[in-house]
Amino acid sequence: MGIEFRDVGKTYPDGTVAVTGFSCTVPSHRTLALVGTSGSGKTTLMRMVNRMVEPTTGSVLIDGRDVRELDKVALRRSIGYVPQAGGLLPHRRVVDNVATVPVLTGTPRRAARDAALALLERVGIDPALGRRYPAQLSGGQQQRVAVARALAAEPNILLMDEPFGAVDPIVRRGLQDQLLQLQAELGKTIVLVTHDIDEAFRLGDEVVILRTGGIVAQTGTPKEIVAAPADEFVRDFIGADRAERALRTVDVDGRSVVVDGDGRPVGVLE
Amino acid sequence: MSWLDANRDYVLDMLLQHVRLSVPAIVISVLVAVVLGRVAWRWPRAGTVVLGSASLLYSVPALPLLIVIPVLLGIPLRSGLTLVVALAVYGTALLAGTAADAFGSVDARVREAAEAMGYSRAGLLWKVDLPLAVPVLLSGIRVVTVSTVSLVTIGALVGIPSLGNLLTDGFQRDIRAEIVTGVLGTMLLAVTLDALLVALGRVVTPWRAATPAGGAS
Ligand SMILES: Nc1ncnc2c1ncn2[C@@H]1O[C@H](COP(=O)(O)OP(=O)(O)OP(=O)(O)O)[C@@H](O)[C@H]1O
Ligand SMILES: [Mg+2]
Repeated sequence: MGIEFRDVGKTYPDGTVAVTGFSCTVPSHRTLALVGTSGSGKTTLMRMVNRMVEPTTGSVLIDGRDVRELDKVALRRSIGYVPQAGGLLPHRRVVDNVATVPVLTGTPRRAARDAALALLERVGIDPALGRRYPAQLSGGQQQRVAVARALAAEPNILLMDEPFGAVDPIVRRGLQDQLLQLQAELGKTIVLVTHDIDEAFRLGDEVVILRTGGIVAQTGTPKEIVAAPADEFVRDFIGADRAERALRTVDVDGRSVVVDGDGRPVGVLE
Repeated sequence: MSWLDANRDYVLDMLLQHVRLSVPAIVISVLVAVVLGRVAWRWPRAGTVVLGSASLLYSVPALPLLIVIPVLLGIPLRSGLTLVVALAVYGTALLAGTAADAFGSVDARVREAAEAMGYSRAGLLWKVDLPLAVPVLLSGIRVVTVSTVSLVTIGALVGIPSLGNLLTDGFQRDIRAEIVTGVLGTMLLAVTLDALLVALGRVVTPWRAATPAGGAS
């Protein structure tokens, strides 16, 4: 059943309308990517799931239950959360950061640490780094730790707010690959916020493109969106007119070579 | 130094009294100021009033305060408690603003991430906000410590014994060595407590000693 946004809206106390009448269902084991320009309400929407933001209209349901019926703290502990860069606890060693939620929910510290070390290895961090403090890791390593931390309590749901926004493109690519691999093994229900459309297309099974005010410009699978951008805003946002999106094939010695809009080769059609 | 040799027990006794008066006053100041600082940080509007009254209290002259406190609390004028209360009032007034700043110094992203992970309100205070507020808080506590240790001496004026007695007595009887001992003793105590605080700070904030990767903090 997954997560259902049922006609949710959010107007902040200062009158800012962040989201209006948003409806969407994220099936279990699927990844929803929320993309949009800055201030389009992505974070607001994502935070409704773990009740960091309470919607002013409508409701959010997890497996059919309104999150408002659930205890806030218990709900949050049951949901993995990957904040933007800077969300690790600076005063806790890396291993203790990862063990945070299991320890909060009563797992003995020793057992939680052992599990945390195993998780670090799983996200590609040398367990020996577990003794360090977050400031002693690179940005990319910190984000891996954040992912490990979100997975530690074995949640069914993961919320990720621009998890790889603060690292350089090559590192980001590596982190995305890692997430795809983990997701293939673990099958979490993921809500991912990003303003990088390529990241949304790579990671999202379903993509929602938002415009200011939390208004949906288009919803669909990456393929559907690329195939038929709903309007000029979407075309523009996904860069439909960019050279690397406008691919065509040319025949070279009997093989179909794919070239981009500038005629540069991208690959070969199998 | 012969005066000191002859009066060693007396000086040590006054030093002990001095510690007994200043340490409880500092501890009370820290506890009350942290509570007030938390309130001020959490509810900024109430905070303005709280912090405003605190600095007003700090401007009350010491001698009248020493006379008013026994009247208000019904305790004897010459008891150490009177002085401890007075010093705690000053210490709190001095520290409350810094305590509010200390909570404000905690990275909002870190708090928010901790909250989103499922820290309860109490957990957030004890496990996240307080430890991360320590560095700024400690700088304030150091100021209060030094100021309290030096303020204890005024108790001598109303007959509450401390190293201050060496000053009043030394002036009255014109014993220069006694005055010097009183001044240096007070300073030495302040510096020692300050050094202890710095050491304590290192112990409770081990992450600050860790050198950041690639220069970024
Ligand atoms: N606590 C708040 N109080 C008032 N307005 C807010 C608050 N949080 C967000 N907003 C406003 O709501 C709108 C949506 O904010 P939100 O953070 O959800 O956007 P976003 O899509 O995540 O943007 P970004 O890509 O910049 O992170 C913005 O106009 C923002 O200024
Ligand atoms: Mg955001």
